[in-house]
Amino acid sequence: MSIKVENARKQFGDFVALDDVSLEVRDGSLTALLGPSGSGKSTLLRVIAGLEAPDAGRVLISGEDMTQVPVQNRNVGFCFQHYAAFKHMTVRDNVAFGLQIRKRPKEEIAERVHELLELVQLEGWVDRYPSQLSGGQRQRMALARALAVEPKVLLLDEPFGALDARVRMELRQWLRRLHDEVHVTTIFVTHDQEEAMDVAEQIVVMNEGAVEQAGRPTDLYDHPATEFVMSFVGTANRIGSLLVRPHDVQLAHVPSSTSEEAMIDRIVRLGFEVRVEMTLGDGNPLIAQLTRSQVDELELADGQIVYVLPSRARVFDENGSEPRTEELALA
Amino acid sequence: MSQGAVATAKAPPRPGHRLGLGGPGLTRGLVVGYLSLMVLLPVAAVAATSLEGGIGAFWDAVSAPQAVAALKLTVISSLIVVAINVVFGTAIAWVLVRDQFPGKRFVNSLVDLPFALPTIVAGLVLLALYGETGILGIEGISFTRVGVVMALLFVTLPFVIRSVQPVLLELDAEMEEAAASLGARPLTIFRRIVLPNLAPAIVAGAALAFARSVGEFGSLVLISGNIPFETEVSSVYIFGQIESGNTESAAAVSVVLLAISVGMLFLINLLGRRMLRHGS
Amino acid sequence: MAVSATDSGARNIVDGGRAARYGLRTVALGYLGLLLVIPVALIFYKAFEDGFAVAWEAVTTPEAQHAIYLTVLMVVISIPITTVFGIAAALVIVRQRFRGRALLNAAIDMPFAISPVVIGLSLVLLYGSRDGWFGQDLAAAGIEVIFTPVGMALATMFVALPFVVREVIPVLQEIGDDQEQAASTLGAGPWQTFWRITLPSIRWGVTYGVVLATARALGEFGAVAVVSGRISGSTETMPLYLRRLFDTFNVSGAYAAAVVLALLALTVLFAMNFIQRRDRAILAGPSVATEPGAVVPHLDVTDDKENPR
Repeated sequence: MSIKVENARKQFGDFVALDDVSLEVRDGSLTALLGPSGSGKSTLLRVIAGLEAPDAGRVLISGEDMTQVPVQNRNVGFCFQHYAAFKHMTVRDNVAFGLQIRKRPKEEIAERVHELLELVQLEGWVDRYPSQLSGGQRQRMALARALAVEPKVLLLDEPFGALDARVRMELRQWLRRLHDEVHVTTIFVTHDQEEAMDVAEQIVVMNEGAVEQAGRPTDLYDHPATEFVMSFVGTANRIGSLLVRPHDVQLAHVPSSTSEEAMIDRIVRLGFEVRVEMTLGDGNPLIAQLTRSQVDELELADGQIVYVLPSRARVFDENGSEPRTEELALA
Repeated sequence: MSQGAVATAKAPPRPGHRLGLGGPGLTRGLVVGYLSLMVLLPVAAVAATSLEGGIGAFWDAVSAPQAVAALKLTVISSLIVVAINVVFGTAIAWVLVRDQFPGKRFVNSLVDLPFALPTIVAGLVLLALYGETGILGIEGISFTRVGVVMALLFVTLPFVIRSVQPVLLELDAEMEEAAASLGARPLTIFRRIVLPNLAPAIVAGAALAFARSVGEFGSLVLISGNIPFETEVSSVYIFGQIESGNTESAAAVSVVLLAISVGMLFLINLLGRRMLRHGS
Repeated sequence: MAVSATDSGARNIVDGGRAARYGLRTVALGYLGLLLVIPVALIFYKAFEDGFAVAWEAVTTPEAQHAIYLTVLMVVISIPITTVFGIAAALVIVRQRFRGRALLNAAIDMPFAISPVVIGLSLVLLYGSRDGWFGQDLAAAGIEVIFTPVGMALATMFVALPFVVREVIPVLQEIGDDQEQAASTLGAGPWQTFWRITLPSIRWGVTYGVVLATARALGEFGAVAVVSGRISGSTETMPLYLRRLFDTFNVSGAYAAAVVLALLALTVLFAMNFIQRRDRAILAGPSVATEPGAVVPHLDVTDDKENPR
């Protein structure tokens, strides 16, 4: 089912959480809402779910206006950041809850619960209570619970936020595979750009209650629409008025007409990749990403003075939006 | 319950979230209605009756020598009881949290006994032990002011303990370790680190103990002997006034009693909030 | 207020050595012993001093039986109403934002701050058939409140009012509203959410409040003494009956009645203890281990050892 948000506004007191936000999500896609905390991404997700009523604007699910439909009747699957596991119910009862509310026959519920617990690999845990599960297991149980009612859309609020790094990596891949299997339109909220790039087919970057840019991960990375997107999706250096990705920084021992002087502070060898941390003449820091062989070839060392030349860079106008120059090929 | 006086909602629900039974307004209306009918209206009746005969009559009732003596005894013995509770309550809470000894769990559940035991039984119990024919043979506690204080100590025992215990349990041990690593000795750590963190809880428990002491009746009727000017506390005095049909005078003294305990609770609440602001 | 003596005695930074520890322990336990244990044990001794038969007789007279019946009746009337009110009030205070919320929260504590005698007086002033605010009208309608069990029930409801609210509020705050929201996204309406999610989550808090309120209702003396008129065999509850036995120099009878009440109290104490342990065992597990190293529930926590794929 496709999701469409039109001109949504939401204000909490003086704080504008959503400022005229519009959004379109294709049927069956996997979309990330990416942004720093306070950017309105969670509010947008809650507005789509019906947990929050927008002050203005509309929410459409597969073309149908759902703005006035209460959360109970929207048939959305929602996963909470802290799982919101029903602590007094077993895993089985948690997953069965939505079906029981819908008064499905007992056998059907049992079958469906079994099916879902298999899907999330919790077959052996049906009679456990949430407090007996690990964080990752609780999250998978919450997913099974949300999926049990065959929701039109699946909404996940920071689904991996409360987990440690290793479990988070595993669950990410697992979510992508799950989506391939189930094919339900999915939106998840995250503040981790790597997570968004890794999992999502489409990323919607939000900042200060507004959508900065929406598109495929590579599009956002290669063609950021605003300075915010450029620095939030991937890292970016500032050299004068230019914004440069670390892997687009070239180093040389001799100056050229357009190069900048920089001093190497530290060389960090991360396996194949080497991060060179420098300070520019104007005092700004600069990071270059090189390969091991490049560093060896240049015989770089701490304290050296080098000359920096961006191979690709971007210039944005004063207020950080509207790239003035789409791309500069300087090398 | 011991936290009642300083209970403030600490986790406001996210704004805009709407869940309610039969409409939030209806539930709220029923709750406020019940409370008004059950508590506020009766209290208003006491206040109104106390002023029925005018300010003059109110003052006469309150300043009657016997009433003054009763109020004085009530307030002074309550203050003594609170002071003892603060010291022993904190010590007991400390022992129950930090010390290890066999039977600790039993002792811990014993602390709630005064909440569970009917007050009249509490009075009888103390009379049995410390009364004139008491088993320990300690003379002269029943029908004395010491007896009044003893009874009040019994019924108020759990307040400070139950208020301090959870705070002590959750106190960050690293603070004390940090202080120790900086060279502070045990007593200094207790005074400079532990006590300031416990203070709001101690004060909250003390406030409830005070309010309870000021109004206590059941445990006192037997042990105090109710001798006017000697062991008669205000609640007993009010009871006597009701029995002899002086409801206006009873209401007047009630209002003073009410003002004392509510005023104390309010003050403590204010103090507690100030301390909490520093604490967190 | 449900506090269990959780073992955290390993923290011995503020210790001050063995002498200090034993000293403090002796003082604390000695105080408890003198104030609590010895006196309460003594009633049992006193009650059976003149033999079991005497004690048994004192609590099985028709008067005593009626007193027991009336005491139980007070509980049966007042506690269900108090419980429903308590849950509703806690939900209103925790889950709703409105003007005057702090005032409502404070007003609920008032019965803790009012002397039982004053509570009794207030009811007499409202419902007294001679000059109460509503007493005459009610009397005209054939309803007598003061000197009847109706007034006693009102007094009991007054004193018992805050207990359930006070126990449920912290539980509601702790569980938050995530689970309720999750239920609503799964299609549950407000009542379904209440019965299936909220109530089961707060049940031990409710039970604990009910136990405390019941203890108070069983033992209430002052407020009931004022409104009952203490008519033996008619408006006399156990505590009032005890007092009359004592005043009429039937001391061993008074102790026997005290034993009955003390046994009820010990049952309450046992229930409180039991509830605390249940509470901790079942619902204690923090729903979220927000970060690695967060407190882990004591139930067997399994790690993500099996690979989620």
